Amino acid sequence: MLINDRPRLMPSPRSLPRPRLSQHTKPILIALALTYIGIILLLPLITLIYESVHLGIQPLITAISTSEFRSALQLTFLLTAIAVPLNTLFGLCAAWVLARQHFPGRTLLLSLIDLPFSISPVVAGLMIVLLYGRNGWFGPWLEAINFKVIFAVPGMAIATIFITLPFVVREVIPVLEEMGSEQEEAARTLGANDWQIFWRITLPHIRWGLLYGVLLTNARALGEFGAVAVVSGSILGRTQTLPIFVEQAYKNYQTQAAFGAAAILVLLALSTLIIKEIIGKQSGMTSRSSL
Amino acid sequence: MSIVIHNVSKQFGQFQALQPTNLTISSGKLVALLGPSGSGKSTLLRVISGLETPDTGSIIIDDQDHTHLDVRQRNIGFVFQHYALFKHLTIRQNIAFGLEIQRHPREAIRKRVNDLLDLIQLAGLGDRYPAQLSGGQRQRVALARALAVEPRVLLLDEPFGALDAKVRKELRSWLRRLHDEVHVTSVFVTHDQEEAMEVADEIVIMNQGKIEQVGTAVEVYDRPATPFVMGFIGTVNVIPKTSPIAKQFSSIEHTQDIFVRPQDVEIFSNPEPKTISATVERIIPMGSEIQIELRLSDNTILISYVSHFKFTQLQLKTAQNVFICVHKSQVFTEEAGGGHQTLNLATSGSHF
Amino acid sequence: MMVRFPGLRFTSLSWPWVVTIGYLLVLLCLPILALLSQTFTLSPDEFWAIATAPIALAAYQVTFVTALGAALLNGIMGTIIAWVLVRYEFPGRKLVDAAIDLPFALPTAVAGLLLATLYSENGWIGQLFTPFGIKIAFTRLGVWVAMVFISLPFIVRTVQPVLQELEPEVEEAAWSLGASPGQTFWRIIFPPLFPSILTGMALGFSRAVGEYGSVVIVSSGIPFRDLIAPVLIFQRLEQYDYSGASVIGIVLLVIALLLLLTINRLQQWGQHYAD
Repeated sequence: MLINDRPRLMPSPRSLPRPRLSQHTKPILIALALTYIGIILLLPLITLIYESVHLGIQPLITAISTSEFRSALQLTFLLTAIAVPLNTLFGLCAAWVLARQHFPGRTLLLSLIDLPFSISPVVAGLMIVLLYGRNGWFGPWLEAINFKVIFAVPGMAIATIFITLPFVVREVIPVLEEMGSEQEEAARTLGANDWQIFWRITLPHIRWGLLYGVLLTNARALGEFGAVAVVSGSILGRTQTLPIFVEQAYKNYQTQAAFGAAAILVLLALSTLIIKEIIGKQSGMTSRSSL
Repeated sequence: MSIVIHNVSKQFGQFQALQPTNLTISSGKLVALLGPSGSGKSTLLRVISGLETPDTGSIIIDDQDHTHLDVRQRNIGFVFQHYALFKHLTIRQNIAFGLEIQRHPREAIRKRVNDLLDLIQLAGLGDRYPAQLSGGQRQRVALARALAVEPRVLLLDEPFGALDAKVRKELRSWLRRLHDEVHVTSVFVTHDQEEAMEVADEIVIMNQGKIEQVGTAVEVYDRPATPFVMGFIGTVNVIPKTSPIAKQFSSIEHTQDIFVRPQDVEIFSNPEPKTISATVERIIPMGSEIQIELRLSDNTILISYVSHFKFTQLQLKTAQNVFICVHKSQVFTEEAGGGHQTLNLATSGSHF
Repeated sequence: MMVRFPGLRFTSLSWPWVVTIGYLLVLLCLPILALLSQTFTLSPDEFWAIATAPIALAAYQVTFVTALGAALLNGIMGTIIAWVLVRYEFPGRKLVDAAIDLPFALPTAVAGLLLATLYSENGWIGQLFTPFGIKIAFTRLGVWVAMVFISLPFIVRTVQPVLQELEPEVEEAAWSLGASPGQTFWRIIFPPLFPSILTGMALGFSRAVGEYGSVVIVSSGIPFRDLIAPVLIFQRLEQYDYSGASVIGIVLLVIALLLLLTINRLQQWGQHYAD
């Protein structure tokens, strides 16, 4: 094909504006984004700070030194202390199975693990009530051995575990896959046993991903409300977690107490974000899932 | 469609990517910008394209000042190293993109795309997506896409850099043939001297933001203008000006290093007129030729290339004493103006 | 339990399998089965009657329409934010980027408390609307605000990596072929971005549909007005109406599964052009 036997398509250069999104677009878009983030995300935070301290620090301290508040704080930490280690152990096992084995139904298992992300927390709580409640599957049996699950700590712990189940698995699988199995095989040829391989080869490799997963599990466990509220029955001082305390206090017009508890939760949430940023910088990785 | 680059320079922050540069590219030529990375060759290409604006100077394409024209108004075709194909469009849609932007009639577009698909030998693959093609095929599509709008100038930024050696070689000769068919003025950037010599009509050698030399493949090889060009194109022996042996090379006073091409070093097994003695240090078979490392009496190492025939004839062995003759050498004396002057001092061994 | 697959050496490590399967069965599958089995305690007619009772239909309507509204707003704003964060350099960019995760990290009850305060009649934002007779907190608008808050990060975080991977050369190629900024955006940048925007919207929508904590605080929970489906389930449970709660729970579960399927499809679509 020669240049001269082609139809003449070429136009003469026209006068056109600059191609890069024009000089005005950039400041407009930045302003738009910042305004939106300011109103939607930051203004609520400023409200919190203002509401917590505008009457002075004293009422706040009084509000959060009640025994109800302290037991809510303790219960929240207790639930987190149960859910995080269990889900970490499970997460490591499941991630290893899913990243290292290829078996029929692998994709199905992956989607199954993701389910708690898409199920409404209230529905999750409902399931646990249907399972362990008085009329539930295990209800009569639990009643016979006089073990309370619903409206008690075990049920709330199960609800917390359910909601936070996917985080560790989700964060560890990609790191394990990235790592590949060559290094583990190399260790095996050098005579290491499974335990040694895990502690000396695998774990050091996946530590950032694992930490990330644990962090996310922790944050969600501290703040979980819907599922826990359903199974708690919210008995004052007995089955109230901090988030439930916030809601109850607000509904009972104890605004100071609500904001005090909220401030504690926000501090925990912010430290989660900060640690997350630090881990991200340390490891150069980004989160694969979201809370 | 000649390109005249007048006094163009470009700075990125503290980094002077391009010193003030002058260059004329005549119409219909295929020109290579050759240099190591960071030499300013890509910057020069992007300045010609309008993707970057120069800090100083002007770009004149076809006698029109294009310096302040936008990339879209210059009617250039640009081919990127990593293809930059539109992944969500089929091959056909990729090639048609520029024509659709210019609102050509649908039928004309269809015909033109078909012609171009024939030209890049991908006629059957028009409805595939870029992800379904090999690297070489993708780069041909990128070329067709750039050619579709009938650019006045075709600019290619390391077009074969992302391809493996074999495909690169194929595509290289294909580009040369293509250019012989469509005589669009083309400039391509490369760091591969072999590529530049094989494909280009003219080679522009760049280093540290400056043009070192402009010339044909033969010119830059045989008459390198600067030590950099001499060292960058082909292999070269450098005999330091401090070396005692350097004195033997010339009757005139030496203030500069001496450059000798390996093929200009001839080996003899017996002393001949105008030879000096040396020891065979290493013998490295390089395929078609054999590379011989020779140690001179002052411990300077010289490399020589000999043919297999000559090698067998000389029966060379390591540690063997031989005699060598340097047929041609070169020094670069710095003039007061800062330029380089080339002196052929030792032709046919006349200085030994 | 020894699970063996040919060619694999993990006989002594088979306990991860035991833990994984056992844990999932007891903590995940069993509860889901318990919910699904509730279907069989009711006749299809009874089930249908509860699932489509006027109060339930109104709750679905509030839930889905509001969640859709939130997803649409965030679909646009989230994309702009992702664009700004990826393409522009400005002071405080890192901080803004980190702030996007705030709704992920903030407990929903706290979000609800803050939004209820901010958008109530005397709140900083609420009082701006009071003169026009617009109430936000404790109305459907309040539900919408809460859903906008909790679903924003999903869109930003889904679009961001895709945008990051778009090579600037592709845009330069479009310019060199004569495309205007508008043509470059709509024909070159937007199409590969679109699946990820939809995915992010679906993720945000899915989260908003299931949201309870923030909505229960920022809404009044009055049926036919701002009562959403999860709150309806909660109210039914408080009245010990387990079948009523279960039926709506099953409806939500099925919708969650359908959304999950849709999201998977969208993600596959998004990968379609990747090499």
